[in-house]
Formats: sequence, C-alpha cells, structure tokens
Amino acid sequence: MQKEYKTITEISGPLVFAEIDEPVGYDEIVEIETPSGETRRGQVLETTSEYVAIQVFEGTSGIDRNSSVRFLGETLQMPLTEELLGRVLSGSGEPIDGGPEIEPDEERPIVGAAINPTAREYPEEFIQTGVSAVDGMNTLVRGQKLPIFSGSGLPHNDLALQIARQATVPEEEDGGDDEGSEFAVIFGAMGITAEEANEFMDDFERTGALERSVVFMNLADDPAVERTVTPRLALTTAEYLAFDKGYHVLVILTDMTNYCEALREIGAAREEVPGRRGYPGYMYTDLATLYERAGRIEGREGSVTQIPILTMPGDDDTHPIPDLTGYITEGQIYIDRDLNSQGIEPPVNVLPSLSRLMDDGIGEGLTREDHADVSDQLYAAYAEGEDLRDLVNIVGREALSERDNKYLDFADAFETEFVQQGYDTNRDIDETLDLGWELLSELPKEELNRIDEELIEEYYVETEAAQTAD
Amino acid sequence: MSQATATETTSEGVIESVSGPVVTAVDLDARMNDVVYVGEEGLMGEVIEIEGNLTTIQVYEETSDVAPGEPVANTGEPLSVDLGPGMMDSIYDGVQRPLDVLEEQMGAFLDRGVDAPGIDLEKTWEFNPEVEEGDEVSAGDVVGIVPETESIDHKVLVPPDYEGGEVTSVESGNFNVDETVVELDNGEEIQMRQQWPVREPRPTVEKETPTTPLVSGQRVLDGLFPIAKGGTAAIPGPFGSGKTVTQHQLAKWADADIVVYVGCGERGNEMTEVIEDFPELEDPKTGKPLMSRTCLIANTSNMPVAARESCVYTGITIAEYYRDMGYDVALMADSTSRWAEAMREISSRLEEMPGEEGYPAYLAARLSEFYERAGKFQNINGSEGSISVIGAVSPPGGDFSEPVTQNTLRIVKCFWALDADLAERRHFPSINWNESYSLYKEQLDPWWRENVHEEFPEVRQWAVDVLDEEAELQEIVQLVGKDALPEDQQLTLEVARYIREGWLQQNAFHDVDTYCEPEKTYLMLTAIQHFSEEAFDALEAGVPVEEIIDVDAVPQLNRMNTQEDFEAYISELKDDLSDQLREKY
Repeated sequence: MQKEYKTITEISGPLVFAEIDEPVGYDEIVEIETPSGETRRGQVLETTSEYVAIQVFEGTSGIDRNSSVRFLGETLQMPLTEELLGRVLSGSGEPIDGGPEIEPDEERPIVGAAINPTAREYPEEFIQTGVSAVDGMNTLVRGQKLPIFSGSGLPHNDLALQIARQATVPEEEDGGDDEGSEFAVIFGAMGITAEEANEFMDDFERTGALERSVVFMNLADDPAVERTVTPRLALTTAEYLAFDKGYHVLVILTDMTNYCEALREIGAAREEVPGRRGYPGYMYTDLATLYERAGRIEGREGSVTQIPILTMPGDDDTHPIPDLTGYITEGQIYIDRDLNSQGIEPPVNVLPSLSRLMDDGIGEGLTREDHADVSDQLYAAYAEGEDLRDLVNIVGREALSERDNKYLDFADAFETEFVQQGYDTNRDIDETLDLGWELLSELPKEELNRIDEELIEEYYVETEAAQTAD
Repeated sequence: MSQATATETTSEGVIESVSGPVVTAVDLDARMNDVVYVGEEGLMGEVIEIEGNLTTIQVYEETSDVAPGEPVANTGEPLSVDLGPGMMDSIYDGVQRPLDVLEEQMGAFLDRGVDAPGIDLEKTWEFNPEVEEGDEVSAGDVVGIVPETESIDHKVLVPPDYEGGEVTSVESGNFNVDETVVELDNGEEIQMRQQWPVREPRPTVEKETPTTPLVSGQRVLDGLFPIAKGGTAAIPGPFGSGKTVTQHQLAKWADADIVVYVGCGERGNEMTEVIEDFPELEDPKTGKPLMSRTCLIANTSNMPVAARESCVYTGITIAEYYRDMGYDVALMADSTSRWAEAMREISSRLEEMPGEEGYPAYLAARLSEFYERAGKFQNINGSEGSISVIGAVSPPGGDFSEPVTQNTLRIVKCFWALDADLAERRHFPSINWNESYSLYKEQLDPWWRENVHEEFPEVRQWAVDVLDEEAELQEIVQLVGKDALPEDQQLTLEVARYIREGWLQQNAFHDVDTYCEPEKTYLMLTAIQHFSEEAFDALEAGVPVEEIIDVDAVPQLNRMNTQEDFEAYISELKDDLSDQLREKY
C-alpha cells in the first residue's frame, strides 16, 4: 500500500515537509520523484498526524511542490551478503564499480540495535599493527574503537592504510591457517576528496586488499546529508560479516568531522536549539550509536574493530567533535603537526594518545611480560624529556645536570628511532619492545622506577656490554 | 521494571506526533510522571509534560517506525523500581530490566518492546521471621531476614507507606517474593517485594553528620582527600584522565556494605569489564566475591537516551532501600554529565527555553536533589545507614567552568580533580593534589587518630606542606633550572618527588598495589618523612644533595607500594636509610 502524495508544503535546505492523511512511521524511507523523473530517497525525521518532515539524502535541488512523495512503509535497510567483499559502493549503498547488482541474502535496518552489555565479550586480543607507537604504547585490541585525532594536511590516511595493511593477530603456535588472522576491511568514506579516495583505492588495489574489503564512498561533492547514512551502512555490513559470517572486521571511517557537519546542517535546517558551537545537543548520543557498534559478542566468531579518523578543526581537541568522540571511544591516537614537519613517519604524539583497552590485551601470554612496564617507563621518561625541552630553550643545555641531559637525549631518540619507522616498515612486537629497551638502557638503571626489578635484570642492556658488542 | 507486572491500564490515548525519543499523544488521561506504553509494540515511556489535551512522553526505547494513530496506554503508576531480594549480583538497564533476562529473551542485541520484572518473581527465598504474632510493628521495621547472597542478609521491611499495627500471622520458610509472609491486624500484608517511585526519596527520620571515612584503599584519597560514609564527591576530568578506573577502584575496594554502580551513558565494553571482573574479585574484608554485594545499572551511550535520564534515579532508590536496612551503601555514577546531557536532549526536543550552554534551567535543581539523597541517616526503624555518592563528571574539553561541573561543585564536599597532564605522564590515579579538596578532613581526623595512628593528621599535613612548597619551587625551576636552586630546596624537590612517585602514585593493575590499607598508607608516608629528616640532617652536616639521593636505599622508597609484607619492609628501609645516610658524615 504505497500511497503517493503530491502535498509538499515547504522545501528548506535538505528538508521537505509534506502533508499526509494516513499515519507514517518515524524513520520510514521515502521516495520523492521530481518533475524531471529523478527519484530521490529520504527518511522521516518527524511525523505527526498532519505532516511529516523528510530529510532528503541526495539533496533537494530540483524538487518542487508538485513532486510526488511515496512512503515505503519500512526503515532504511542494507542488503547484505558475503559477496559484498571486493565491491565499491556509493555513500548510499549503490554499486559504483560497474560490477553486477547485489543479490542480498538478507536485509537489515541500518540503525542497528545496541549490544546488550551482558552479551559482550571483553576485548583482549592483541592486534599487531606493526607500528611501534601503536603496538608498544597504545595497543589496539580486537573489538576496540580507537580513533585517529588528526588535523587538516596531516598524514592520517597513510597511518590508517598502514594499519589496514599490516594488522594481524599473532596466531598461537599450534598454527591455524594464515587466513584466520587477516582482517576484512570496511572502508566508509564521508566527504573526502576524489584525490584522497584515489589514494585509498590505489593502495587497496596495489596490495590486493580490495578483495577482502567493502568500500563505501561519499565524496566531497556528494550530497552532505547522505553522509549521515554512509557510516551506518558500513557498520551494518561490518556487524553482518563479523557476527554472522565470522570475519574479524576492521572498519575505517573517514572523516568523522564531515559526518558531524552534516548532522549540524540537518539540525540547523530543522531550527533545533543548538548545543556547543552550533552542533546539535544529541550529537553525543548520535556518535555513540556509531562508535558503540564495535566489539565482540560472546559465542560468536568475529569482531568489529573501529578506527574512525577525524580532523580536528584548528587542531583543537576541545572542539565538540574530538571531545565527544574521546568520551565514547576507547582511547585515541594523536597525529602531531610538529612531529610531521620534523619528518617523523608516522607523526604520532604518544603523550596525549591512549588505548584504554591496552592493559588487558598485553602482558605474558598475550604480548610479552615486560610490555606494560616498558611502555609506562617510556611514557614517563619521554614526558620528562619533553618538559625539559622548554627549559633548554631558556637556560641552554649546559646549565642542566647530567641526568637532565640524558632525558633530553632520550626524548630525541624516542622520536627519531622508536616513533619514526616509515609507512612501509612492519615491526613485530618483540622488535618494538627490544627497541624500547635499547632506548631505556641509555638511562641509569635506578631511573627505571616503573619497571619490575626482575625485568630490569633480564632485559636491561648494560651500556659497556652494548659498547663492546658494537 | 515493576510495571511489567501491572498489566492493568487506566486510560488509552492516541499518538499525535513522533520525534526521536519524544512522542506526543492526545486524549490520554494521565498525571505527570505516569508510566505509559506507547504504540503497537508497547514501548515504555514516561509522561513529562501535559498541555491541554496533549500529553508529551519520553520513550525509553528506540522509536523507529512508530506512527501517529497508534495507541498509548497509561498504567496510572509513576516510574517505580521493584525492591526485594535478588538485586545484589544483578545487572539492570536504566529502567531496572535485568539485562541477562533480556539477553535470554532477545539475543545479543537489545530489541525493544520487551519488559521484564526487576526481580525474579518465580524464585523462592528463605524467609526467617524476626517478629512473632502479637508484636507491634510500624513502617520501616524489620519483619524478617532473607540470606540474599553470601555477604548480604536482606532485611524485609514494612513498606514506609504502611500504617503498621499488630502482627496477626507470620510465615517461615521458602516463599517467592509475591507471597505474603506477614499479615497485620489492619489488613496490611507484607511481601518480600515492594515498590517505590524512583523520583521520590524514601523517608528517614533525620540526617546526621558523618564521622567515619569510606576507606577506599587508594592512598591519594584516603591520605589526602578522604570522603565520609554518607558523603558526596565529584570526580571531574577530561577524557583519558582516569575517571572510570578511579570509579572502578572505588567500587572494588571501598569498605561499603553495598555498592550500586550506575554506568550512565558510558562505554559498553567498560560495563562488560565490570561484569566479567567483579565476580572474580574478592572483597578484601570478607574474602567473598565482590559481586555478592554489588548491583550494576548499565545504560550505555547507545542505549535509549530517556532511560539514561532515569538510570541515576533507579540507582539511588535501590541504594536507599539497602540504607533502610542499616547498611552503608556507596553509589558510583559514571557519568553525571551524560545524565545532564540526556536532560538537555529531552529538554531541547520539548523546545524549552534553554539555560546555560543549552542545558535546561532546572539542571542545578535536579543535581542537588540527587546529591541530597546521599548522607548518613537515622532510618525510620531506628537503625543507621548511609549512602555515599561519588559522581564522575565529564566536562567538555576538560573545562571545569562548564555548568555541570560548576553546579556539582556547589553541592558536593569532596572534589577530586583529575588532571590530563598527570595522566599523560602516566601518573595514576591522576588526581591533582593542588586543586582537589575534601571538606570532611576535620570531622574524620578523630577516626584516623583512633584507628590508624595518633599522628596521622600531622604526617598528612607535613606531606601537604612539602607538596605545596614543591609547587612554588617548580615555578622557579621552570625559569632557571633545578641546579640554580639552593641545596636545601633541591632536597625538598627530591622529597616531594618521592611523595609523588612513591606514595601518591598507585598502580590499579598491580595485584598488591591496587588496594592499600590505611596502616600501609600511613607507614609509607612516615618512611618518606623519615628519609626527609635524615636527609636534611646529612645536608646540614655538609653532605651534598647528589650524594644523598645516590644512597642505595633511597630509590627503594618507590618500591614500598608493591610489598605485601610492608611492615617489615618499611621498618628495614627506615633503618637502612638512617645507616647509609649517617655513614656519609
């Protein structure tokens, strides 16, 4: 019973208001046909017994008051099948790679339900990304959501690609097949430039990653409102592959800032009372319905791990987008402009970075017994070196004690040897930790107060010994 | 949720409009805060505004596909919780639906339109009467005891809204929660289950001044910024500064009888961690599983926003019920900012005139109403019980001048300021000792003197003075470097460093260090004070600072925290310090 109306009363920005005489459900999907025969899709944002407010995904230009409005009687669904792997879809889920139509095994509403906390399994399987600044200092685990906080013009995409390329879960000795530890990658692009998109696609094709990927592309010149749907399509696909088909899925969403801008645009068009900086007051809840769709479920094979990327306007992490994100996600990785201009690849600033799930994913049997202590000590020592840099600018290096100078050297070495590795180097966790010990061994033993004495005995590289070894 | 059992409805209306969690209905005869069922699926909601024939409802579930014209049914009851045995060792959503029951009924994902009673109506409990026929009982009195979990004896109380009278019949044995166990001469029947509206505080006789600390086993809290049993505290901090770990530590180790942990709008995986961890942890006092004294309320950030608004009320009502039994209850709310944001979201959907930063004008009133339900009370049955409330605050951008932090600080008496800088250098718990305060210090000092050590307040004051001096000296060091300071000030900095690194820092993930008993807190600090005294003596005798801090025993001050046999270790360390330092001159 698809009733058709020609009762549009108002068109404003991305919104269309239409009068109705039969009830329409909240969130229902709408098709609007313009006089020129084009079909636009939209969603019901508000419904009353007299009128509905419709948010049009593909933009409202070309719609007039004589356009016809059809309510489909269902909420937005994502067609799902394992065959989606290897496909490139538009931001609203239509194939754009010239391949065949998608023949879904089933369809699911894209809104997604919350995972019951009692059904979740706590994430604690170490993912080796091969990036020291991540593995050593801010370890990622399966089922985590760990965003990259970046700024315009910084190489966050290179880091994301490197992680997508290298991420594996080290299999236990009894050797399963290699396939088991590889990730399926779901890539949700929101408002990125065509050039950035090419960069991603080239990399996917070059490394053969496309075969195990599903790509959703909403480019910078695609309609903004569509961006509110893209991540939900991507996550619905991810949940299907993970929890129904047993894949370990890595979801990369870029750029969340564009998503939030789209939310603000809709909020403004609806004349809502704005929250901070004009973003809607429900942005926290809205973002949570995306980010919380990461995790593991007890008794199911797969997992959804999320790496959302966002560019902080003005590199300001108190801006509502990074701020609300940080409160929902399980940590964050900061890309730093200064380190980038020094040529550090990847320019990860570990000090403000954090992985909340790290503590349970590392240690004996998971990574290595000394991991937690080494990372703590590296943090503390690097923080101390960083502090001293300010002082050096004022009083000069000569005025500092020998101890202080050691910390300064340590901080430099940490950046140029530990963080710096290039986008093509894949370091396993042992290499990363050994490198950490090499740097720590430049400090006197007594300074290593975060590390258990036994571990110091085992791993500390005595300087003389190191010299003779050279 | 108790409404699951109240199947009768008093009136029916029709949906007029739907916008996210806010639904309006016409022709509904309802009072404010009545619970209603919305739409064909019967989604639970609460009346929040009445304007002529139009009733506005906040819905506790997702409203996709709900359409105008669908029915709304009123239960005629305010939002209430079920109170009775079985709440300990449970995990609820924001409207007291047990999450494990929901999982059985609808699988791993939370569907909607499913209702479940807050406590198991089938299960039988062993009721041991405390009254006999002919006894006079009044409201609030204990009529029997039910062994609820291995650590908690659940006291069955005469509901506070009963008149009371003479007991005419008493049962003993195993019953389910709805069977009458005691009858009174005025016809009142007492079951093990009672209900109470969440937005109304349960009655008490009076509020008293708390004089016992809630010992948390965290050195920085017990030592510097103690909270009383019956006190209120706020933990504000930017993301990543350790609010949740601090809350978890308190839930694990605080010496309360009962812990109610409200996860309000936070991460799903964090709640899972609690669910997985707590059953394996032991109460340091009783050696019994921590879950057996814990009730969890989880409304994660992606669960419906209206249920987030109600979850703190659900939590505090449960806390009050156990307080009435004479228990000391600690309630952790993580985070109250999410609760405030839920209010803001609902308020903006109602198009109310916003106050500061879009929050509703009644924000301050709601916050103070909530925190005022904490305190040490004399109950109506003559017993004493307390509720300590510890609320995490998540200020946007870590800016403490925002409305939720500011309005909270006007009410609470402990302020534990988390500091992103400390967190960045992995100083945990990252509680800033210069900004934080506790207004309970004086009233708790007698307890410390009596139960830990006569000198405790003096030693603490010494530590505070050293830290203050360090803060001042650091400003100079930032300008001229440490080596430009006179020797005695350099030594003060070293002493302060050991207070920070050896005493204030505490590793929540270390088996021994995670919990520090008050004696150890005190002894560790005396060791550092001992070092300070000996070191200054040596300095006066002409030993340079470099040599003093180079003494072998000194770095061991940073290892006291992980010693299980701390008494022996600390006394040996003190001797070593004296010997080795005196050797130098």
